[in-house]
Amino acid sequence: MDLAGVAPAETLVPSTTDEVADILRDTTGTLMAVGSGTKVGWAAPPASCDLMLRMTGLDRVVDHQPGDLVVVAEAGVRLSALQKQLAQHNQMLALDPPEDGATLGGIVGANASGPRRLRFGTVRDLLIGVTVVLADGTTARSGGKVVKNVAGYDLGKLYTGAHGSLGVVVSTTWRLHPLPPARGAVVVRVADAAQAGRFEALLSRSTLTPTAVELRWDGAAGELVVLFESIAASVDAQSDAAIALLGTGERVDTPPPWFGERPRGGIVLRLAYVPHALPDVLTALPDGSSGTASACTGVAYVSVPSDTDLAALRTTIAPHDGSAVVVEAPDELRDRIDHWGPVPDSFGLMKRVKDQFDPGRRLSPGRLLGGL
Amino acid sequence: MTEQLIAKQDQASPRTLALAERLRTAIGAAKVLTDPSQLRTYECDGLEAFRVRPGVVVLAEERDDVVRTVKLCAEAGIPFVARGSGTGLSGGAVPVADGVLIVLTRLRRILDVDPDNARMTVEPGVINLAVSRAAAPNGQAYAPDPSSQQVCSIGGNVAENSGGAHCLKYGFTVNHVMGAEVVLPDGKVVHLGGSAPEHPGYDLLGAFVGSEGTLGVVTSVTVRLIKVPEAVQTMLVGFHSVADAAGTVSDIIAAGILPAAIEMMDALAIEAAEAAVQCNYPAGAAAVLVIELDGPGVEVAEQFDHVETLAQARNAFETRIAQDDEERALMWRGRKSAFAAVGRISPSYYVQDGVIPRTRLPEILADIDALAERADLRVANVFHAGDGNLHPLILFDDAVPGATQAAEELGFAILDLCIDAGGSITGEHGVGIEKKSKMASQFTAADLDTMQLVRCAFDPDGLANPGKVFPTPRLCGERPGVRTAGTAPDPTLGEVF
Repeated sequence: MDLAGVAPAETLVPSTTDEVADILRDTTGTLMAVGSGTKVGWAAPPASCDLMLRMTGLDRVVDHQPGDLVVVAEAGVRLSALQKQLAQHNQMLALDPPEDGATLGGIVGANASGPRRLRFGTVRDLLIGVTVVLADGTTARSGGKVVKNVAGYDLGKLYTGAHGSLGVVVSTTWRLHPLPPARGAVVVRVADAAQAGRFEALLSRSTLTPTAVELRWDGAAGELVVLFESIAASVDAQSDAAIALLGTGERVDTPPPWFGERPRGGIVLRLAYVPHALPDVLTALPDGSSGTASACTGVAYVSVPSDTDLAALRTTIAPHDGSAVVVEAPDELRDRIDHWGPVPDSFGLMKRVKDQFDPGRRLSPGRLLGGL
Repeated sequence: MTEQLIAKQDQASPRTLALAERLRTAIGAAKVLTDPSQLRTYECDGLEAFRVRPGVVVLAEERDDVVRTVKLCAEAGIPFVARGSGTGLSGGAVPVADGVLIVLTRLRRILDVDPDNARMTVEPGVINLAVSRAAAPNGQAYAPDPSSQQVCSIGGNVAENSGGAHCLKYGFTVNHVMGAEVVLPDGKVVHLGGSAPEHPGYDLLGAFVGSEGTLGVVTSVTVRLIKVPEAVQTMLVGFHSVADAAGTVSDIIAAGILPAAIEMMDALAIEAAEAAVQCNYPAGAAAVLVIELDGPGVEVAEQFDHVETLAQARNAFETRIAQDDEERALMWRGRKSAFAAVGRISPSYYVQDGVIPRTRLPEILADIDALAERADLRVANVFHAGDGNLHPLILFDDAVPGATQAAEELGFAILDLCIDAGGSITGEHGVGIEKKSKMASQFTAADLDTMQLVRCAFDPDGLANPGKVFPTPRLCGERPGVRTAGTAPDPTLGEVF
């Protein structure tokens, strides 16, 4: 596998935590852990990669306690496979990133999420325990197997979105949710950015409890899907209430095919901003942009033309506490594009964290912002 | 527990007094206390057994007071502890002897209310309940609701990652804090997170929340607000056995229902609450559950009926449904006052906080009973049953020689049960000073060393609340495996209990 243009000299496929620990102890070069490789393009390419660890060999669901709504699964377990197993007990891991074949370790490393983050949150809200192997081969755990636990630092938060730069995630423990018995959606045409903003505001301030409010945006207009998942009576009542609230809309049993998919082509950005800035952010996008926004959460994935001035776009959305991170770039841009944008005032601290965990800069070097 | 630690010194050391002089110049003399009689108020937090007199108390009134104080502490190499309302139950805000205590209760301005984005930015001394009160006119609320919410501060909540009865559905402080301004232990100010989600880079905020003051001092906090739900329904159910009550909790979860809260109290806890606040819980109950559902009206109505049916199937002998907010408040009053209420039926009591997998509740309760009997002590149990968070209240008479120690030993034996069951030594009260020795039972040396890496990144000199959380921290820069007894003067400075 090619790692965003960097070819690893060697690839190993460990199948146990001990094997991962041995590899890290017995080698000295740079290293990148990869699951199915669906998000290798997220974050900057590694500065170098002597060794690639394919984590798909760690593919066991270690422990599922349905009564406690908790599951322990190794990093190489595919989310889709886990969901299938959990569904037999009418449960789910309430994460829905669309990348096909994505593994739990990859989802943690990239902090991937989907539309239902509105209701259930993201990795940081659901990951209750994690085991990593550090750069020196030390195996360390934080969190535990109970949802409520404040003993010690919660390192799962640090590893989430770290792209493997602090340690190799080998095992994950998750809080689960019951599978909702019924689902239904309301689909609404959106005429322009201002109307998208009005719909967002109405839904944000109402007492409705959609699990997702997803906007498909074609650059000038779009379509909004308000997803309800609950008992049938509630899905019914809330769908009707949503149509009354928005003054328009049509009920469907399942969301349209675009729902939850990421845009492709050009430069794909993950935008984050305060939720109510949705119309301003849509307006700030250059001509030829399209994508999806998780309204009411302040996150959007958009494809912008390859010649987009990212620095200018970042400046425009900055007043909304906005950020734009590249998750896909054409090959010819990949090495010179600024994937992360300006560093925050806490960057020095981030560097110190990296230095503590990985003083030799072995793990995914250069993937994070500021060359971390 | 009221045994007092006898401070080994009445006046701070010359070095600390010199720092106090610099502090007076920097932030104003009125905000800097060094008179031993004035310092006494700040010797302990909600865990009164641990008392240490600080060298200096700083009553910060604005953000810059905190920044200057921390900077001067860093220059002098003198440790500091931040304190909010002092309601913590694990001794997290116990001062360091001859160190500086930074009191944040006067930093209580609400800096920004942003209903459109469902955010509020507040200073750390703002009381938890005040956030929800300020959000209420917009139909919004701040979800984490520790029982001490009328007095505890947001800064303390951030330090402890506080929970509360409703965290079963809504999560803890960490799930609701979006951003924080933090004074690092070297005096540098950084902003972690913000108002928007997914800030690029490491989630330092996630690591900071719940770090019990060991990584820095928070000077402002941006929280996420939730919408006040359309409907709320609360029931109080009486059972003749704890097993039936616990079974009902499991049945509710198995039915795919996620209540806002499921709280349990056993007979002794009920007796205490009754004596204190006359909450009129069902007479003769071996256990009661307080179950609250919230959300859209249709959903709540149907699921509420379902819960009632499940309770009946487990032999519930009395079910009361709150007809209005007043009745709901009364049901909650019994639960939320339970800790203090135990003072009515015992000269002294000691609150523990542990977590077990919820499905193991009946067997662990039986084990706690057996332990209590062996120790010849009574234990009143109050739990966040939905998430397996136990709060055993150990009753004892501190006038009886050895009773205090026996109570402490029983509390720690209960924590061992929690660890053996795959749970945790703390669900919401924090490790603090009280339970740091138990960290080595829950985690391996490698686990704890890895947590220290974070500490070393934030606080290489070990000045922020040293001597808390970790049993034997290693010095920053030291190789793993080499340990010392501590990175700073022992804050307990003598015997405890």
